[in-house]
Amino acid sequence: MKSKETILYLNDVSVSFDGFQAINNLSLYVERNELRCVIGPNGAGKTTMMDIITGKTKPDTGEIIFAENINLIGKSEAEIANLGIGRKFQKPTVFEQHTVHENLCLALEGDRSVFANLFHRLKQPQIEKIEQSLEIIGLTNEQYRLAGELSHGQKQWLEIGMLITQNPQVLLVDEPVAGMTYQETEKTAELLQNLARTQSVIVVEHDMEFVRLIANKVTVLHQGQVLAEGPMDSITNNEKVIEVYLGG
Amino acid sequence: MLQHSLIGRLLLNDTGSRVLTFCCIALAVIVPVCNLIIPSDSEFHVSTYSVTLIGKYLCYALLALSVDLVWGYLGILSLGHGAFFALGGYAMGMYLMRQIGDRGVYGNPELPDFMVFLNWSELPWYWQGFDQFPLMLLMVFLAPGILAFVFGWLAFRSRVTGVYLSIITQAMTYALMLAFFQNNFGFGGNNGLTDFKEILGFNLQADNTRNALFIASAAALLLGYAICRFIAQSRLGSLTMAIRDAESRVRFMGYRDEHIKLFIFVISALLAGLAGALYVPQVGIINPSEFAPIRSIEMVIWVAIGGRGTLYGAVLGAFVVNYAKTIFTAWAPEVWLFILGGIFVFVTVFMPKGLVGLYAQLRTRFSRNSSSDKLKRGSTDEK
Repeated sequence: MKSKETILYLNDVSVSFDGFQAINNLSLYVERNELRCVIGPNGAGKTTMMDIITGKTKPDTGEIIFAENINLIGKSEAEIANLGIGRKFQKPTVFEQHTVHENLCLALEGDRSVFANLFHRLKQPQIEKIEQSLEIIGLTNEQYRLAGELSHGQKQWLEIGMLITQNPQVLLVDEPVAGMTYQETEKTAELLQNLARTQSVIVVEHDMEFVRLIANKVTVLHQGQVLAEGPMDSITNNEKVIEVYLGG
Repeated sequence: MLQHSLIGRLLLNDTGSRVLTFCCIALAVIVPVCNLIIPSDSEFHVSTYSVTLIGKYLCYALLALSVDLVWGYLGILSLGHGAFFALGGYAMGMYLMRQIGDRGVYGNPELPDFMVFLNWSELPWYWQGFDQFPLMLLMVFLAPGILAFVFGWLAFRSRVTGVYLSIITQAMTYALMLAFFQNNFGFGGNNGLTDFKEILGFNLQADNTRNALFIASAAALLLGYAICRFIAQSRLGSLTMAIRDAESRVRFMGYRDEHIKLFIFVISALLAGLAGALYVPQVGIINPSEFAPIRSIEMVIWVAIGGRGTLYGAVLGAFVVNYAKTIFTAWAPEVWLFILGGIFVFVTVFMPKGLVGLYAQLRTRFSRNSSSDKLKRGSTDEK
């Protein structure tokens, strides 16, 4: 039986840039092992929300509670990542001059200090973890190629693979299927659904088809606030949502 | 067997490293032998002037390595590495000044000449203890190390990157140059420190001492190379290049990128300081011109011409450019900077990977040509 425990809780968060209210009293709960889609028109504050959760942007007011009761506000990106929140960027961001294998090796969870890395040697369980990640993202045959040589879709998967290897409790995924072919999109959907068995996954997406494919719960953002929340069907029938987003 | 040992992994597992290791050891053996043992009327005799000159190149090569570590691997274009080099040099220079004792022009056993000239009555506190070799050795590393640590800590914590960082490194070395130019700063002002007599009791003008310094420089270069390779081959080295290519990704993976950058920057400064310390007794002078921004820019050009991000490319670049400089400044000193600028533009446009990249390019082209020859021959045979 899945636990309905909250893993991430945004309470009344606001942030503005030069007078522009990017996020406005936003509150959001995410449960453990949930696959949540966040949609919204351009400028709704989706990416800003991710920036706030991962520590890139500091909110003006509000609190963000992770796991039991860890307040994320004021923590650096690295600290938040080490607590167990991984992030995938909109544009695939992998280390292009490194091989696929090296990319995953760098993502491995473990001691992040300078000296630990200077004298680091791969141990058997870590080697297995990398092999396992390679298999999940389907890049086993490409593992010794430079990441820069991969196709767009493969880079996206590699970045997801790096997150898997990092083993976070919450995964933030920004537009994972932008620029993907239909087959690649389907494969990505499957990948994210598998991940959501052991982790919470928050996907920010524009592509409604993709959202329909994977989501069991959708949050609609509009002008920095939650406009509606619920299963996909209720969202597509919601008058307010149709007005600002779907019907447009 | 040797290939798999640590030394093998650091110094012998690719062509560039093997050539560099071989050249360093060969130089360290052949040059002193040709200088000290082979009589001066023989064709194979190497003059003491040449020993010092090549020794100087070896110090520059070590300096180039330190620049390549931060530029080629970490992606930070430092235009202020001359400051770390000069600080190491000044630490050595202060020791050598104290060794002069009462043999100076004014014959003061305590105070260096320039202090007597300035009517100072006692040694400033920061000159205390510099007559001790171990303290000097410590300061050779401590002075550039602390500067790099403080500078790096402030810059990397505030996430200053790119051109802005390059400009403030330049400003750092410029500010130090102005400070060292001041007479009352206590480092000999404009003239710097010179007129050295001996090191550890050995006469600096003696051939034996010069050769010993030469061998020490070659050894330091090889050691520096091994240290850089050890870092580059570790996971930390992999992370360093990852920071160069996608810094935010590294940060969101939970690494403190500023700590890694600081570590590499400080190690690089230590190597540059060591290079400066070996340079000063060989050339016999250290003055504030070593802090001049143009000197730091020159170092970057050595690395660019040799090929950055390979380490041995930096060493090659330092040798080639400085050899060219020796020749051209003897022939037509006023055109040297134009030639250097010209070479730099040429390399940037036509050989972005420098001389070592050119070698790799030629090799692949040659092998491709020979294989396409075979194909052609095969098709004519069929006819």
